[in-house]
Amino acid sequence: MSRGTTSGRVEARFEALRTEGRAAFVPFIMAADPDYETSLEILKGLPAAGADMIEIGVMYSDPMADGPAIQAAGLRARDGGARVTRTLDMVRKFRESDDATPLILMGYYNPIYIYGVEKFLIDAREAGVDGLIVVDLPPEEDSELCIPALEAGMHFIRLATPTTDDERLPAVLANTSGFVYYVAVTGITGTKSADTSTIHAAVTRLKRHTDLPIAVGFGIKTPQQAGAVAEVADATVVGSAIVQTIADNLDADGKATPGLVEKVLEFTRDLSGGVRNASRQAAE
Amino acid sequence: MSAEPNSYRTGPDEFGHFGIFGGRYVAETLMPLILEVEQAYAAAKADPSFQAELDEFLKHYVGRPSPLYFAERLTEHYGGAKIYFKRDELNHTGAHKINNCMGQILLARRMGKKRIIAETGAGQHGVATATVCARFGLECVVYMGATDIERQAPNVFRMKLLGAKVVPVTSGTATLKDAMNDALRDWVSNVDDTYYLIGTVAGPHPYPAMVRDFQSVIGIETREQMQAAEGRLPDSLVACIGGGSNAMGLFYPFLDDKDVRIIGVEAAGHGLESGEHAASLTGGSPGVLHGNRTYLLQDDDGQILDAHSISAGLDYPGIGPEHSWLNDSGRVEYVSVTDDEALECFQLCSRLEGIIPALEPSHALAHVEKIAPDLPADHLLVMNMCGRGDKDVFTVADALGVKL
Repeated sequence: MSRGTTSGRVEARFEALRTEGRAAFVPFIMAADPDYETSLEILKGLPAAGADMIEIGVMYSDPMADGPAIQAAGLRARDGGARVTRTLDMVRKFRESDDATPLILMGYYNPIYIYGVEKFLIDAREAGVDGLIVVDLPPEEDSELCIPALEAGMHFIRLATPTTDDERLPAVLANTSGFVYYVAVTGITGTKSADTSTIHAAVTRLKRHTDLPIAVGFGIKTPQQAGAVAEVADATVVGSAIVQTIADNLDADGKATPGLVEKVLEFTRDLSGGVRNASRQAAE
Repeated sequence: MSAEPNSYRTGPDEFGHFGIFGGRYVAETLMPLILEVEQAYAAAKADPSFQAELDEFLKHYVGRPSPLYFAERLTEHYGGAKIYFKRDELNHTGAHKINNCMGQILLARRMGKKRIIAETGAGQHGVATATVCARFGLECVVYMGATDIERQAPNVFRMKLLGAKVVPVTSGTATLKDAMNDALRDWVSNVDDTYYLIGTVAGPHPYPAMVRDFQSVIGIETREQMQAAEGRLPDSLVACIGGGSNAMGLFYPFLDDKDVRIIGVEAAGHGLESGEHAASLTGGSPGVLHGNRTYLLQDDDGQILDAHSISAGLDYPGIGPEHSWLNDSGRVEYVSVTDDEALECFQLCSRLEGIIPALEPSHALAHVEKIAPDLPADHLLVMNMCGRGDKDVFTVADALGVKL
């Protein structure tokens, strides 16, 4: 396999942050949650609210690694008209005014498989997507999407978990690119939280095996937790807590209330503040 | 698939693939766990003491072998093929499900697991799992769609009597597929002590092959019993398919007997054209769900659609990956019958044979009804009577407008 030339946005962003001496803050939102327009407005506002990189959820009817908050976000997105084509549309619109912030699509394989892997990689790249996180594609299924993605210059960001032991880790890291996403807990999104020392040990272990930046997510809900993780990792991902803020600002019919976008961005600023204030220690 | 393989019994390959179907599409957190199950199962399969232990329990606890019964009055009624029932409804707990549960619980014990989780649709797999957990003193948690809990109340109570915790699943469509999602979420969250006892020939490798192996006792017995009864193999086999475990169990030992016609019957619900059905092969397309690639009911955005069937046990938008492969390779014919056709046969079988079938095998019988009259009297047809209908009497009464 020969890896294609990437967009370079992910590498440039981590390089700039290394110079700045801090970790990246990476919020997650579900595309079209609670509707397409509101979701696009949030997306466009995230960089100014401190997002260094953004994960955009691609709705799937059967999200087996997600907890109640992101499941509910998926159902709202479904009602809000989420489709793979519209999610790529959203990325295109974002790129009209921001060509620097890396965008990572996160989801499950089937919608991409049905869209058609080859066509998806071309369309996603053209829209301005920098990388993919596909939860249900472990290294055992690399020929499906991972290798075609790398050949197309699309980062394929792999999840490493507490159950990924040292014997298995090299296989998990072999075809990953851009960064490694460490799932801090054995569990689904937005439920359990890991303590900092456990995360520190895990990041240290990963660093022994790879030079790629390490992002940490799952169970990080507050600016304090985000800051604590930023002390040991290269990036902190927050998803469920942000998505829950959307849920908390809907009216009785599930429609966005007037202040929703600002509330979400305000919470994002707080989280980003937590990350920026964290005095960064070397993960070793 | 173009060329006919030398054998239809060699799958899956080392990656768990049956042609393009099957595989291991799971979150990284679960990968080490399913690799552990794969290794443990391979070791157990190679260990004669494991099979000996399983055989003992199948004989004295499950009640195997189940009879191969000549359904004389139905045969007379249809006036064609000689119809036999493989009586797996006579097993302990009333269905074929316990064949697999007994195998997997012995495996879980070998692996030192203390907590068992399972998904259930009609509740038959949940009852069978709760039963073996009670027998071996293991904690049991069963995920069941809230919709199914409502329509299968007697089985819910059975599971509770057996000491299981039944967790209502309200996510998604609140049926079997969502119960499976929640069971997978539980497993991801409890990786150390928990064993996921999947009830059908679906899920990530090695489950489709392992469940098939445990259910193959149905087909192995059928071969011997038919030889004893008629001195030869049957001419055709018919079984209903939700996920497809009873069908794989009956079919697998016959796949290389080219003269045996094999037919799987899916649930057409209100009819394929209505869009409200559970016929993944006849009305779906290949996709990835619950850890494997297989035929699924889905839309053009890759979102999984609701299945519909009067039978909760067939109400699943996917099918085991080996069936998908057998379909594409042409070895097995797959057809579908509607709720109404199944209901008719539910009643007919009760009246003519004194056997109240479950709604699931009533679908198989509805297809037998379509083909038997045109077959010659020396045509030996075996239908898998994979479950008894006691659990369905409320559903059927409701469908017939009878107030109990």
